[in-house]
Amino acid sequence: MNLQINHHTIEQTHSLKLAGEVDAYTAPKLKEVLVPLTEKEGQEIIIDLSGIEYMDSTGLGIFVGALKSTKANNSSMKLRGMTERVRRIFEITGLTEVMDIENEVKGEAK
Amino acid sequence: MNTASDYLEMTVPAKPDFVGVVRLTISGIANRMGFAFDEIEDIKIAVSEACTNVVNHAYSDAELGQIRIGCNLHDDRLEVTVVDQGKSFDYNKVTENLGPVDGKPVEQLTEGGLGLFLIETLMDKVEISGEAGVMVMMTKYLHRDEVEENVDRTSPASSQ
Repeated sequence: MNLQINHHTIEQTHSLKLAGEVDAYTAPKLKEVLVPLTEKEGQEIIIDLSGIEYMDSTGLGIFVGALKSTKANNSSMKLRGMTERVRRIFEITGLTEVMDIENEVKGEAK
Repeated sequence: MNTASDYLEMTVPAKPDFVGVVRLTISGIANRMGFAFDEIEDIKIAVSEACTNVVNHAYSDAELGQIRIGCNLHDDRLEVTVVDQGKSFDYNKVTENLGPVDGKPVEQLTEGGLGLFLIETLMDKVEISGEAGVMVMMTKYLHRDEVEENVDRTSPASSQ
């Protein structure tokens, strides 16, 4: 029950690769890494969620906060590689409409 | 399950550290009962959301509160109650703003409030009462006829 965050920065582009669980316990760790990136002007943040096994509304809340912050600072945030499960909670809550999400077409046929 | 209803209860400190512990336990119970993978994931999220609400809202920082989780294992359904002894809240007021994001501009999105909505969406039945503290009672039904079960009866599945 933990969260690993791999962080690479090349100029204005920040790539975060997350693995594990995002819940009330691990959320502060994500926030600590993500929020400062969103507060700078003109940054591009790309978050790979393919290693996320569990996420609930605490995680959604962080991404909502980060999205608002990037917009306010002329930056952008993209979410990549969601598993079906993670994509489902973004869909249920309607966040797929407002977030920049790109997932590999995987198991799309059903 | 042999009896009509088995009951399990656990009490954990109202700290983020233990939400995952509750989730693991619930996952084990749901798995034992024969829920499908997706249903188990739904139950895990719903119960975690209820526990997270207790952690975030029920007690003031100075209080050392607890979360009580009761699981009623019926033949056809799992009932989970999550109870705290902290502040109660005005349920009608809270649920007024409940719902998906629904085309709201980004600036109007709030970082909280999706938890209760997820509970109501992911479970089959949800009841919330808040007299002294808050009690969330949620139910998920087993759809036994849709999955192959190793129950002690002859399966009519292939008789057609």
